[in-house]
This record gives sequence, C-alpha cells and structure tokens, in this order.
Amino acid sequence: MSTSEIDKVVLRAGNISKAFGGIKALDDVSLEICAGKVNAIVGENGAGKSTLMKILSGVYGDYKGQIVLDEGAIVFSGPAEAQDSGIAIIHQELNLIPHLSVAENVFLGREFISRAGLIDYRAMRRETAKILQRLDLDIDPRVEVSGLRVGQQQIVEIAHALSLDARILIMDEPTSAISDREIEVLFGLIRSLTAQGVAVVYITHKLDELFQIADTVTVLRDGKLVGSRDIDEVTHDDIVRMMVGRDMEDFFVKAEVAKPEVVFAVRDVCLSDTRLAGDYVVDHVGFEVKAGEVLGLFGLMGAGRTELLETIFGLHPEQSSGDIFLQGRQVEIDSPSDAINFGIAFVTEDRKAEGLIPEMSVAASISLASLEQTERFGFLSSRLENGLARDYVGRLRIKTPSVRQKVENLSGGNQQKVVIAKWLATDPRVLLLDEPTRGIDVNAKNEIYRLISDLAGAGMAIVMVSSELPEIMAIADRIIVLSEGRQTAEFTSSQATEESIMKAAIPQGQAV
Amino acid sequence: MLKLNDHKALLVKFQSLLALLLMVAVFSACAEGFFSTDNFWLILTQVSVNMCLSVGMTLVILTGGIDLSVGSILALSGAVMAGLLKNGVEIPAFNLFVGFTALGAILTGLLVGSFLGFFNGLMITLLKIPPFVATLAMMTIARGLTQLWTGGAAITGLGEVFAYIGTEDFCGVPVRVCTCAAIVGAAILVLGKTRFGRYIYAIGGNEQASRLSGLNVNRIKLRVYTIAGALSAVGGLIVTSKLDSATPIAGDGYELDSIAAVVIGGTSLSGGRGSVLGTVLGVLIIGVLNSGLIILRVPPFWQKVIKGCVILLAVAIDKLNTKEK
Repeated sequence: MSTSEIDKVVLRAGNISKAFGGIKALDDVSLEICAGKVNAIVGENGAGKSTLMKILSGVYGDYKGQIVLDEGAIVFSGPAEAQDSGIAIIHQELNLIPHLSVAENVFLGREFISRAGLIDYRAMRRETAKILQRLDLDIDPRVEVSGLRVGQQQIVEIAHALSLDARILIMDEPTSAISDREIEVLFGLIRSLTAQGVAVVYITHKLDELFQIADTVTVLRDGKLVGSRDIDEVTHDDIVRMMVGRDMEDFFVKAEVAKPEVVFAVRDVCLSDTRLAGDYVVDHVGFEVKAGEVLGLFGLMGAGRTELLETIFGLHPEQSSGDIFLQGRQVEIDSPSDAINFGIAFVTEDRKAEGLIPEMSVAASISLASLEQTERFGFLSSRLENGLARDYVGRLRIKTPSVRQKVENLSGGNQQKVVIAKWLATDPRVLLLDEPTRGIDVNAKNEIYRLISDLAGAGMAIVMVSSELPEIMAIADRIIVLSEGRQTAEFTSSQATEESIMKAAIPQGQAV
Repeated sequence: MLKLNDHKALLVKFQSLLALLLMVAVFSACAEGFFSTDNFWLILTQVSVNMCLSVGMTLVILTGGIDLSVGSILALSGAVMAGLLKNGVEIPAFNLFVGFTALGAILTGLLVGSFLGFFNGLMITLLKIPPFVATLAMMTIARGLTQLWTGGAAITGLGEVFAYIGTEDFCGVPVRVCTCAAIVGAAILVLGKTRFGRYIYAIGGNEQASRLSGLNVNRIKLRVYTIAGALSAVGGLIVTSKLDSATPIAGDGYELDSIAAVVIGGTSLSGGRGSVLGTVLGVLIIGVLNSGLIILRVPPFWQKVIKGCVILLAVAIDKLNTKEK
C-alpha cells in the first residue's frame, strides 16, 4: 500500500442518530476514520460508543444519517455486508468457537473446499500460518483455541479480521482482559497494521493508553459528539473534561437525612477472579452506611460494582471473603435467602435476566420474595396476595390495568417499580440498588429518585450503583469510587465534582 | 374489535378442550360403539397410568426440566412390589426371611420409586448434569435393575388384596380412576395454592431471578423429581395390580406418551408456563385417539403415524398462537 493512501479518510459517518424506544442513544454524531491511523473513541458508559460501532459494522440498519465509504454512500444490510466491504469488528467478548482449531476459527464459514468437495485443511493451515506470521504469533494453526491465553485468542480474532482483508478494524476495549505484556504485543501489532494502511478504530476508557497508541481521539458524551482532536493537542485532563463536562440541569436533589447510627458495614470484601488465578474482581473493599443514608458506588465498566453487590448478597460464597455487619453484629451470608433473612434486598441491574419472571402477573412478581406473608393455613391466599400487590401498586404508582396483568406487558419503568416493590415487600433494612434507572424514561427516573429519597427518609440504608455521574451526585450522600476492583476514592456529596470522580474511576496503567 | 379479540383469546385458552370435544364428536359419528358409557369408563381406566406419569412430568417440565426415566421407574417399582409380595426377601447373613403384606410391598415399592426420583434430582442439582442426560441414564439403570430383580421373567399370582387397586371399584368408580383423580386434584391444589407450586413456575420462568429472590432452587427441583419418581411408582402399582403381573418390559416407552400428553396440554417445554388441567386434557386426547383408532380398526402402525401427527399439530397450533403476541 502506498504512503499516499495513509491519512486518507476511508470512512465518513455523517449526522448519525439512533434511538431506542424514545431514548436517544446517538444524536447527530459525525466521525471520520483515517487509513493508517489509530482513531480512538472514548466516553463514559452509555455515551453511545457501542451503538456507533454497531452501526458502522452493520449490526443496526435503521438509523438516521449516512455512512460514506471510499466516497460512496453505503447502507449495510447486515454484518456480513460490512465485512465484505472491509470493516471488521473485534468485540470485547471474543467470538471464537473454543473447540475448533485456530485455522478453523480464522476461516469459519469460508472454509477452503478441495476438488473432492471436502474441507482442504492443508490449504487452510497454510493460509492461517501466513497470517499468523504477519502478526508475529508463533502458534500452530492446528491447536484448539480453548487452549490459548486470552491475549493470543485476541490475536486469532485479528487474524480472522485480516483474512477478510479488513481495511477498517474496530476494537472494543481490547485490553480489558489481557496482561501488561500482552498489551505491549497488541500495541506493536496495531502499529504494524497501521503502517500497512489499516484504519484502526480503538474504543477504550483507559486514557493512558490513548497517549501510547492513538493518533486521534473522539469524545462522545450522552450520545452526542463532544469533539475530535489530534492526540498531540490534548492532555489527559482535557479529555476527562470533555468526557464529563455537561450542563447540570435542574436535577432532582435528595434531602440529607442520615442519622448517626451505622446500619450496615462491610470490610475487606474480596471476590477472586475465576479466569485469572490470584487476581481479584473485587479487591478488599469496605464501607459503612448509616440509617437514612444513600451511599453511591461509581465505577466504569469492569470496575467490579455489580460484583461487589453480588458478593454481599451471597451469590459467590465460594470465591469470596470479607466481613459483613448489620447493626454492629457480624453476619454470615452464603446465599441470597440468607441475605433476605437479614433484611438485605438487591435490585439487580438486568431486569429481564435477573429481576423478573416475564410470564408472571404483577401480583405474583411482587409477592415472590416474601410469599410466606400471603399464606393462610399453608395455602396461598389470592386475597392477601392481591392486597399486598395493590398496596405497592398504589404506593409506587405502578401503572398497570390490574395486578393480574403479566409483567412483560408493562413499560420498562413500571417493570422496574415492580422489581423494587418485590424487594420492599421483604421489609428490608438495607437496599442494594444496581443501576436502578437504566433504560427507563425521564419521568420514571424522577419517580425512582423520589422513592429512593423517601425510603432513606424512612431510615433505610441504601447502596446505589450508578454509572451516571449527575444521578449519583444528586442522589448519594457519599460516593465511593471503584476502579479495577479497588476502592480509589471517597467523597461526600459536597466535595465531589464530576472531574474528581472520573479521575478516580479511570484505571491507571501499571506501566506508567 | 374487542369482542373478536375476546373470542380469539377464549379460543386459544380452550383449544385443548375444543380439540378433545371435536375428536369425541368425530369418533362418535364414525366409530360404532365409541359413544357409550362403557367405552368412556374404559378410556378413563386406560389412561390412568399415563395420567399419574404425566402429572409428575408436568411438574418437572414446568421447572424447565424433563424426566425420561418414568417408564423404567414404573417397571422397577412394580416389580419390587410384586417380588416382595410373592417371594419376600431372604437375608442369608442373618438366616432371615422377611415376608411382606400387600400394603408393606406397596409402600416399599413407592419408596423405591421416590428414591430413584430423588437420585435423579441429586444428579441434576448437585452435579449439574442436564436433566435429559441424568434421567436418560436413570432410564437405563432402572430398566437394568428391573431385569435383574425379575430374572427376566414376569412375576405373577399376586393375590386378591393386591389386585384391588387395578381391578375393583370404589363407590361405583374404578379405584384406578379414583387414585388418578386424587393425584390430579392434589397437584392442582399444590401448583395453584402453595408456595412450592408458585416456586415451580418461578424457577421455570427465570431460574436466576428465582435464585436472586431467595428461592432454594436446588431443594425445589429435588422435591419435584422425587414426586415424579413417586408418581411413576403409583403408575407401576396400577399396571402391576391390573395385570396381576410385573414384567421386565412394563412401561417401556411410557415416558414419551407422557411427554406428549404434557405438550399437547399446552405446557411449554422451556418451563414456567402450563397447567395440570391442560395435561389432563392432553392425556384424555391421547386416550380418546387410541380408543377411537382401535374401534375403527386402524392398523397399529398407522395409529403411531396418526398419534405423531396429532402431537405435531398440537404444538404447531400452540406455537402460532403464542407467536402472534
């Protein structure tokens, strides 16, 4: 490839907008991708990075705006067509088939067929070996992918992309699961790919990496484009400011009602990593929560926020350690039912997968975790159950035609209220909330904020995980920041600024 | 508009019942002797074994599992009852002979069935073996044990007391039918009106959400498979008592009839959705079909083809209806 092609804009995305059920994920975003460069994209969780990449790689077809590839406007009908046009994406979760060989993975779906109509393994191995050589990876194309380390598997994915003659290679958080040495190898590889004229789109939230590898950086925030800069023009702090600096609208602000009594405390909570022996997903985290206090837990993707709550709730008794105290008394929690018996409730992040049973009625969903209170002489009483449900439907203003309605027919915000009602029905003293307003509309959000505030006012101790800075700053009385499983900072709500929180949340590269 | 939708919803709700009535109507019109009190009682007694198995199967399938071992457990429990009653047990080490009354033999047989179901549950919950595989293994094991226990030959001559369940009437109703009715009633009550029943639906609907809501998923599954084993043993009791004979091939293939009945009754194989009442209809549909085809003298091989088609049709209609939503 001649040097004149380097620096040329290969792909231009113009005024891209995309909404999911009324919520704008991308709003008028424009972007240029240059050949032979590492085009980095950064932004908070929910800034719209993944949505944009899914549009560029053909996963989402219905968006507004246009994509121009090599001066020609194009609409992809699906990922296969994007691939044919030379755009390959390597997802954070690798897409390899573990029990197939490297060569079989690289040429999956495009196997070489011999004249006899059988798979020509020899040719496939030969071609794979050629590509692996280009990537400096010294492994036999015949080994099973499951036997490789994560870093090596990633290189196999890159080999797959190169076998497609990809000119644009999108990498989503490629360093999240690999060791420092493997990161060095990966960066070397990226540099040699760009030297060969490949355009690399690099998504990350590790800002230090940008200065090692990126040529340009584009910042997204709340689905909007904040700006694109050459990496030489900006400092670390500039990027942080671009990521968080948003206008504070009139946001709901919770009244401070914390009483001095500590209701809930955890010490040295650890959760070991099942994939990487000796590593921790949650690394010696401790905090306490007073009655009426809302403790905010902030962290970026992979910081271990959800895992921390899960560990406290008894979901990982085998891999975890640490001490949990309720009103000063140490308690042993080995299962969710233990946690519930001690008065702890856990509103999970993923409503569909972990919170609700879609086929069940509103009444059955609300009573599920405290069904014994609807029992009479050993049998369930629908009168008691409906009464309990109506009580919560009224208190939380759940919009449903009746308590017999199936929860799958409710809107996201009302489903979330049903989940919260289920937990309030267990009469908890400690409420763990994981992203309680994810994927619900603004009105429902405000109602949930008011509810959290009311519950705290009634003396409940609340721990709330959120990746939305304005939300956590408005609702929490204190904020703890997690980064790569460790506690990196603690602020009172008056001390905290978006920049100081974000700074503590961004992982510090160990090499620096 | 609304009215049309209401009718449609009603139609969907009662599709199994409509199918059953339609079948009864068709056979009554073309099969002479089908529409008679005698034949209806005959059908009810004939479906009693499948009814027992299918109620247990419904519970299992509602949790999202499957139980392929019901036919073999039926055979082993029946054989244990017959063997103990006829021959007792000799314990040579103590130079002891233990004889069994009919009641003792029956209770022991029921215990054996329950234990095998419990064992299924242990494999599924503790070792995390998929239900299909765990119960497939049990199906083979229990069948082998039956052959060992019977020595490959039928055990017959079990006496009048033992024959009561399979051949006599209670207040004018065959005891088998009474037994089934009691089991069906208990199952409906348990599923609809107890925590255990609610939890069965919850686990099948979303196991992770159930676990997070504090449900002891393993304990509930263990109970469900134990009940399925116990109900298979009841099936074994009925078969053995009726025939006055326990054979090593008893109940062969019954697991498929029972899965078919559950599926025809509208219970979802992925769990969380279905009812015992639906299963009762499913069992009756298969029973009526068998009876009608026999009266019409349809050759046995064709009967199988037709039964298979009915299963496909039932599930296809159910799929189309749920997809519309």
